[in-house]
Amino acid sequence: MTLDALQTGEKAKITKVEGEGSMRKRLLDMGLTPGTNITLFKKAPMGDPIEIVVRGYHLTLRISDARKIFVAKESAK
Amino acid sequence: MNIALIGNQNCGKTTLFNRLTGSRQKVGNFPGVTVDVASGPLRGKKGFTIVDLPGVYSLSPYSNEEKVTRDYLFKSRPDCVINILDATNLNRNLYLTMQVLETQTPTIVALNMMDDVKANGMVIDIEKLSEYLGVVVVPISAAKNQGIEELIEHCVKVCLAKEKNTFKDRCEGPIHTAIHSISHLVETNAAKAGLPAKFSAIRIIENDAEIIEELRLAPNQVEIINHFVEDLEKALSTDRESAVVDMRYGNIEVICADVIKKYGDNKSQRRTDKIDKILTHKVFALPIFIGIMGLIFYITFGIVGKYATDGMSILMDMAGEGLKSLLVSLQVSDWLVGLVVDGIFAGISSVLSFLPTIIVLFLLLSIVEDTGYMARVAFIMDKLLRKIGLSGRSIVPMLIGFGCSVPAYMSTRTISSERDRKLTLLMVPFMSCNAKVPVYAIITMTFFQKYQALVMLFMYVLGIVVGILYALILQKTKFKGSSAPFVMELPPYRLPSGKTVIMYMWDKAKGFIVKAFTVILIASVAVWFLTNVSFTFSMVEDTGDSILAMISKWISPIFAPLGFGDWRLTTSLIAGLSAKEAVVSTLAILFNVTQAELPAALGGLMSPLQALSFLIFVSLYMPCLAAFATLRKEVKSTGYAVLAMALQTFIAYIVALVIYTFGLLVTL
Repeated sequence: MTLDALQTGEKAKITKVEGEGSMRKRLLDMGLTPGTNITLFKKAPMGDPIEIVVRGYHLTLRISDARKIFVAKESAK
Repeated sequence: MNIALIGNQNCGKTTLFNRLTGSRQKVGNFPGVTVDVASGPLRGKKGFTIVDLPGVYSLSPYSNEEKVTRDYLFKSRPDCVINILDATNLNRNLYLTMQVLETQTPTIVALNMMDDVKANGMVIDIEKLSEYLGVVVVPISAAKNQGIEELIEHCVKVCLAKEKNTFKDRCEGPIHTAIHSISHLVETNAAKAGLPAKFSAIRIIENDAEIIEELRLAPNQVEIINHFVEDLEKALSTDRESAVVDMRYGNIEVICADVIKKYGDNKSQRRTDKIDKILTHKVFALPIFIGIMGLIFYITFGIVGKYATDGMSILMDMAGEGLKSLLVSLQVSDWLVGLVVDGIFAGISSVLSFLPTIIVLFLLLSIVEDTGYMARVAFIMDKLLRKIGLSGRSIVPMLIGFGCSVPAYMSTRTISSERDRKLTLLMVPFMSCNAKVPVYAIITMTFFQKYQALVMLFMYVLGIVVGILYALILQKTKFKGSSAPFVMELPPYRLPSGKTVIMYMWDKAKGFIVKAFTVILIASVAVWFLTNVSFTFSMVEDTGDSILAMISKWISPIFAPLGFGDWRLTTSLIAGLSAKEAVVSTLAILFNVTQAELPAALGGLMSPLQALSFLIFVSLYMPCLAAFATLRKEVKSTGYAVLAMALQTFIAYIVALVIYTFGLLVTL
């Protein structure tokens, strides 16, 4: 699944970052690397963009970009 | 000695810069970009200059800010770097540090927000951090002015010693092998390009096109490198960019695990989450934003606009009268009195009349920006703005455009993408500004008494619609390509620092006066000359004999297809370039009536349809010269500003023509 499919408040681990060029590098630079834990914190009032928590800070990105980030939900305990 | 100040956005970099330099700052121009770089002398030390580089998260060559920062670091080679970090968020802030250290420039790390760290109960082992990074780490609080003296002392020491940092990254395995092998291979190339070998190797693996080009690699070198990279990608089962980013973050994780003794409770973040529950709430977010903007508008253009601007103009009028009687008593000739009072002095007062607005508006805006709310505005409004190819950041300048284009242009500074910023600059003047209201009022009063409010509203809507269409067309042509990546930090809310707010406001006011002054002054003198002098270079009694009138008579047929070919209307349009209100006053002068009698005079001249066409043209054509001067300053190009103005006037012509022709066909 991709990041945009998470529900508000859900946690997951990044498995893969797709896309290319500057956009992908930007996502990686901001700390969205495979293996990183993230939480979907909030969606903007109009449903897009979304706010996530990664490496202890809050980051916002558009849903179209979030679709390039593949995640695996923490296995249900 | 040059010291570069580098850090993430929102880490208190500007506040530290102000602490380090005092108030003697200069804003420098960097060729090709509109990103400003401020510099100033290090307080209390001679011969040291601090350069405040744009806030960045990485040194990739993608955005303009990153380009400016990395070019300064890679090419200008500062004697020392102060890397400022937000200590409450070491994890992400250290990513830039890793890249700075790779360049082997002498570095000092300023660990900012230590007051917050203490308040949160967070514990950082600073000595150990310094050991890991191989550089001096100075704990500071820029906002509370703590640790600054110590930072300055260390800075001078490091600068003079020219000691390279002794950073040893603990990279292991395949990435280490690749860096090691490639740095050996490109050692000579790197030396020729003046770059450290290991740094070059890392940048090669990262696929940094600029550095690769600078190294001038031979074809066989490229081939060998590709082999190394392929091996690396296979061994780590990832791609080359990720491999390098992973290496850096891997390092950071090791460091953080060891130096952060206790995370504590991030109070500012918790407070932020609480505030955001309301400010970015699904339902309340938009009304709150509109409320805040409305309040800013009311204060700037309502209260201040009314009293301060009126007060200023009364003051200037009095000064003008005083000057006039002084000159007359000195028996200066009439034309010189006219030139000095109505030309030069009028120009000065028109510059000054913008000042109260600019000062108050930027005082309020910088408070909003400094608290971190502007990032939320972008978050809330992004979806809407994206439809016209912009991001949420562009909403504020456009709203300010309804007040005045001058500060609206200036407020585009907060848009970090050059493309988005230029597109916003082009859209701003289509938002109908305050100065056009008197023109709307007089025309609607004369021709559309029953529908006055409706026609006024139509003018505003028309401006917005034309602006949006313009943006859409530009996006498909000149500004092709997607808008800048919208990946933005939502920083914790912080109380704005008084000093930063004041400096920001002062910077805006000073910038406007200095840059706009010459243009406006020359323009005012030119307008005075054109309206008071005839082609035989004698003073005219009747404006109808002036050069301007002659020119207007000559070009007015151009406007005949729009339904307003009368030369007096053309003259008023030209006079309107000094300020839009002047359209009305010029018409009154030319018809030789008072402003109260103007409707009667105009009523006999045009049909309602022709008046509407005139109104449309007034609302859409190029903004006043003060706006032109500001645009020229913001894009740092006269040609670009002239082209933008010409294009806008052309659009106004076409729209008025279309609506007028359509109107004629319907009423036939």
